[in-house]
Amino acid sequence: MTDWSLIGVDPDKILQRLRDPALVPVGTKFFAGSRLDLQDGLTCLQTFDLLGLGSLALAVKRLRFGNRAFYVVNQHLNYTNVCVNACRFCAFHRAPGSAQGYLMTPEEATERVAPAAQNGLKEVHVVGGINPEPEFSYYFELLQALKMTAPRVGLKAFTAVEIDHIANRAGVSWKECLTALKDAGLNALPGGGAEVFSPRVRAELFPSKISAETWLGVHGTAHRLGIGSNATLLFGHIETHSERIEHLLKLRNQQDETGGFRAFIPLAFQSRTTLMADKPGPTGVDILKMMATSRLMLDNIPHIKAYWVMLGRKTAQAALHFGADDVEGTIVNEQIAHEAGATTAVGLSREEVHELISEAGAEPTERDTFHRGVGAA
Amino acid sequence: MNLHEAIRTTERGDRLSMEAALVLYEQADLTTLGQLAQTARFRLNPHQVVTYAVDRNINYTNVCTSKCRFCAFWRDSTDPEAFVLSDEALAAKLEETKALGGTHVLFQGGLNPDLDLEWHAQRIRLIRSFGLELHGYSPPEIHYFAERASSPLEQVLERLIAAGLNSIPGGGGEILSDRIRRLVSPGKANSSQWLSVMEAAHRLGLRTTATMMFGHIETPSQRVLHLIRLRSLQDRTSGFTAFIPWPFQPGKNTIQVKRAGSTAYLRMLAVSRLVLDNFTHVQASWVTQGPAIGQVALLFGADDLGSTMIEENVVAAAGVSHKLDCAEMIRLIEDAGFEARQRDNLHRAISPRTAPAQGLPGETLLKKGCPPDPLPKTFGTLGGSADVPSS
Repeated sequence: MTDWSLIGVDPDKILQRLRDPALVPVGTKFFAGSRLDLQDGLTCLQTFDLLGLGSLALAVKRLRFGNRAFYVVNQHLNYTNVCVNACRFCAFHRAPGSAQGYLMTPEEATERVAPAAQNGLKEVHVVGGINPEPEFSYYFELLQALKMTAPRVGLKAFTAVEIDHIANRAGVSWKECLTALKDAGLNALPGGGAEVFSPRVRAELFPSKISAETWLGVHGTAHRLGIGSNATLLFGHIETHSERIEHLLKLRNQQDETGGFRAFIPLAFQSRTTLMADKPGPTGVDILKMMATSRLMLDNIPHIKAYWVMLGRKTAQAALHFGADDVEGTIVNEQIAHEAGATTAVGLSREEVHELISEAGAEPTERDTFHRGVGAA
Repeated sequence: MNLHEAIRTTERGDRLSMEAALVLYEQADLTTLGQLAQTARFRLNPHQVVTYAVDRNINYTNVCTSKCRFCAFWRDSTDPEAFVLSDEALAAKLEETKALGGTHVLFQGGLNPDLDLEWHAQRIRLIRSFGLELHGYSPPEIHYFAERASSPLEQVLERLIAAGLNSIPGGGGEILSDRIRRLVSPGKANSSQWLSVMEAAHRLGLRTTATMMFGHIETPSQRVLHLIRLRSLQDRTSGFTAFIPWPFQPGKNTIQVKRAGSTAYLRMLAVSRLVLDNFTHVQASWVTQGPAIGQVALLFGADDLGSTMIEENVVAAAGVSHKLDCAEMIRLIEDAGFEARQRDNLHRAISPRTAPAQGLPGETLLKKGCPPDPLPKTFGTLGGSADVPSS
């Protein structure tokens, strides 16, 4: 039984202040230490009492991490924009053969990372399109070259979509593919490509992308090989509330089995320049409810990230009071969200991230790819 | 006074002292502040309704002798970018406002020595001739007119009212502390002059809003004192319709301080709602916060999402620009769990109800309209005929 009073949380007070009667049984169940189910998740997403919901999520965040909020000094590296998938929500991809398509050589990639590697970089986030051209050796050499240039920098590379593609192209299993990439320097998988697991949504928005089973299979395989990973949900477009919660439950089940997810990142859909520009994207209240609901449902995933690039700084800062404990990083070179019309700055300095966190009343804590605290605090 | 006592005070619905307000502001966590502010909000506005306005900010001139250090909008009269709005340009803006379902315009400008009261009276008549209400002239402008004409405030106000002025915006309130004003805005009305204009206006039957621009060089206690000064005046006149706090937006040519984030904004908003127990309405500032936090503010004590701002120049001059149309305004309000209703410059809901009324007997259920039906012809004065009940 959790002793909430040790961290200054008073469950009775929190329950008393809930305005939405429907939230009371959810809160009671939560404080009793029981797992929330689909119906509980829906109650959370549909409540009008954002602050009541937030107070429950904040209690979990405090229990796990006290007053700390994490960030990482990282760099995004998009090694190719050529992609056969043509997802409707994506403005970054170019069709194979397009004049605007590119594929970085390993040397070009290392040149991009080298300056930051000298300057406190802790992680490189490497993702790209499903490019039919490169062979397996390309990916291996890309990671090796990056590792050589920045040996102490965490390599978080290739979404499950890319891993599946790389393995298929090489005619090897996920396990063989991941084992080889791990040897080349791979430390973790990013959480992209999960989108929404619902087959209905996948069929409508990204029919050529891997299925939920494949995505989860790749991550499970990685976990068993000791490669940690993140998970995401792209929300606020055509998915239903049930589809959001079912997505969380699939992740929770996978985590029960393989345990390698380090962080969950709810991604607010950005629409402005994509083929789905008619969809306005989730509102601030919806984003914060999703954040809090994720924190409450995903009782076995340690971190919930408020990814400021997609949320905006203001919403990311507020999210630290709604269950999130991490704002991602001082990103250099973010391209994908910005091609889709994200209006946030392309990078934040370490000082700006510190300000963002400490103004919210939390302690800025620098971390590495493995969510190990580094430096002070 | 400790935090627990301060929380108990507001939960009981008792008036917060300066000390209790400061304790809450500096010590309560954000969620608790928001929850307390929500309780206060529903005490004063019991309905699950959030209002918004369709109007535009028209700035008649950017020439200003005041030269406030936080402002990126003013120009010297000799500056190539100096302007005085022409009647043709004004008429085009009014035409467009009407077409977009606007009820009123916010009309204000710099302290421009070339424009006399007669010039203003003509503009007021022009605006009113379009069938729009006029929410115009912040206290520093009115104070300036009186000073230049060597006339009492009441005389200036009566002249503007006679020409058709309907209500006064709370601009230029900044922080009502003369120590601060001497440093950031020495060239315009000081605290007591600002309050005197408001008091005189209220006594002449004009309703006004009040504002606070925080997050530059003032201290937390100066912020709270600002609220208490407004509350004292409101006790005497009941003339304020709404309070609108927003954080200072540093721009290229202004004092350079760190721009306040969303949590600092939400804390200040919630404390404002708690201290101003005699203000019926508190407005969210999506113009400075963006639509996401503007919407979240509705759960931190605000019951109004402000205006669609067909036009806004002053905040935009500091490099901050957000856009919201009427449909998006309604989506934000409804998605936050409220019923959206358009209001006029006096905070009277004018658009048809979109959902069955809770405890508002006699109202017919009408279908959603955007742009809404035309304004009702009858406008009350003090006390109003608000169908969103006032306390």
